Amino acid sequence: MNLESIYTELIAEQSRNTANKHHLVAPTVTSQGHNPSCGDEITLELEIADGKIKDASFTGVGCAISQASTSMMIDLIKGESVEKAKHLAELFIGMIKREITDDEALEELDEAIALKNISNMPARVKCAVLSWHTLDSALKEK
Amino acid sequence: MREVKDFHGDFPLLANTMNGKPLVYLDNGATTQKPESVIQAMCGYYGGCNANPHRGAYALSVQATDIYENARVRTQKFINAPKPSEIIFTKNATESLNLIAYSYGLTNVKAGDEIVITIAEHHSNLVPWQQVAQAKGAVLKYIYLEDDGNLSQQDIEEKITEKTKIVAVTQVSNVLGLVNPVTEIAKKAHSVGAIIVVDGSQSVPHMAVDVQAMDADFFAFSGHKLLSPMGIGVLYGKEKLLDAMPPFLTGGDMIEYVTEQHTDFAELPAKFEAGTQNVGGAAGLTAAIDYLENFTFERIESIEKELLDYALPQLRELPYIELYGCDTRKDNKTGIITFNVKDVHPHDVSTILDTEGVAVRAGHHCAQPLMKYLQQNATCRASFYLYNTKKDIDCWIAALKKVRTVMHL
Ligand SMILES: Cc1ncc(COP(=O)(O)O)c(C=O)c1O
Ligand SMILES: [Zn+2]
Repeated sequence: MNLESIYTELIAEQSRNTANKHHLVAPTVTSQGHNPSCGDEITLELEIADGKIKDASFTGVGCAISQASTSMMIDLIKGESVEKAKHLAELFIGMIKREITDDEALEELDEAIALKNISNMPARVKCAVLSWHTLDSALKEK
Repeated sequence: MREVKDFHGDFPLLANTMNGKPLVYLDNGATTQKPESVIQAMCGYYGGCNANPHRGAYALSVQATDIYENARVRTQKFINAPKPSEIIFTKNATESLNLIAYSYGLTNVKAGDEIVITIAEHHSNLVPWQQVAQAKGAVLKYIYLEDDGNLSQQDIEEKITEKTKIVAVTQVSNVLGLVNPVTEIAKKAHSVGAIIVVDGSQSVPHMAVDVQAMDADFFAFSGHKLLSPMGIGVLYGKEKLLDAMPPFLTGGDMIEYVTEQHTDFAELPAKFEAGTQNVGGAAGLTAAIDYLENFTFERIESIEKELLDYALPQLRELPYIELYGCDTRKDNKTGIITFNVKDVHPHDVSTILDTEGVAVRAGHHCAQPLMKYLQQNATCRASFYLYNTKKDIDCWIAALKKVRTVMHL
């Protein structure tokens, strides 16, 4: 296991990036995600109108992986259609489960591709996918 | 006297590597490694003596019964219980504590009564009492902590009152590693007519325990934290109390006589041991007690104390390490060090230590109310046992020094 491939500068920075960490003025959906085994907790807030994610943010506490993953996810989905966000969630979870390995297919995930190596660390997979599962259930509730 | 490095050889797993590094096992609060003698006792039972105890009239079954009942007697002497029949085998401390809560608690606690526990309890000695309080309309009260992590003396005096029916307290906190004054709390509980339940999960592996001297009404622990296999636990209870309690689980082996509409239950201890029991685990527990008594608790305590005295000053020199429960004003600290690395989440710390072969626990340690009280979301915990060495501490601290660099801090 290579630590440098997990805790890259990008992930370390993103884990401390608070740009997306705040409340929305008028969220239309909020959804909570929780990893009981390690204590990661996030609350995702989305403002959805006309099938589009107008704005997104989160609050919560957790490890660097869960925080970085959430922050990068929000960068990705903000301004996208609900359908596109669902597609990205499928792609990300597929990447971590190693079901989707084709680099070209994963390109849409942009910076979040940096979390690909988490699939080598079974103990931490849950941290990486927490925000995406939370998004998935938020969009299902819609 | 054998050196620590010599009895390292008694534990086959300690020769393993983890992530390509020699294993440094510092998660003994979660479970301990097993000596060869315990593994052999398990194998010996299954390879040579396996039969259902108490059920067959043939030699093999008699032999299995002897092994099982011998474990009971060994356990009774180990914690100085008055009688073997006061030792009930369970699968772990959690089951022992649930047995008391469901059988004694639900029977004896009424609406308006009070149950007193401490904020430092493991969920196993907390959630069952919450359940009893909710089911009965009783009040669950907490003894909180002094600044140094010890139980508040004032709370002990004030929270245990004439309304208290049960006091449940851990002898050693699995997070703070501090020994609680259980004998004194037992006296206080008895003075108001309450009973005391002591969770011995983190004490029995590390110190000589005498349930009569502390005057515990019930005492619970798990075998796996004291060199034994997983799946064997112990409940000690005073005969008078156990006799008056209804059974917890019912079925085979715990009956005297069954008719279509009625059952007479067996005497102690069978009354509380329904179904086929963990005889292999009991054989392992006997071997573990043999190992520990031969080793002596005096020696275990001195090894753990030496490791503490070696590690703590080094940790205090690192400005980014935060310690919890390490500044006790009493001389009551056991080999548990709970810590955080500033600005790094415990899970990232444990992942980084893991790559260096160092196993520590990260998270809430099944003590969420305590974490909340300490205003922490999670912490890391290193916990020692008799086979740990100063070299283990060196590896751990060397790995800790890398953490902030790995996190680009
Ligand atoms: C203080 C304390 N009580 C209870 C338990 C529960 O032990 P088990 O999981 O073996 O039932 C533990 C172990 O984690 C503990 O440390
Ligand atoms: Zn995590």
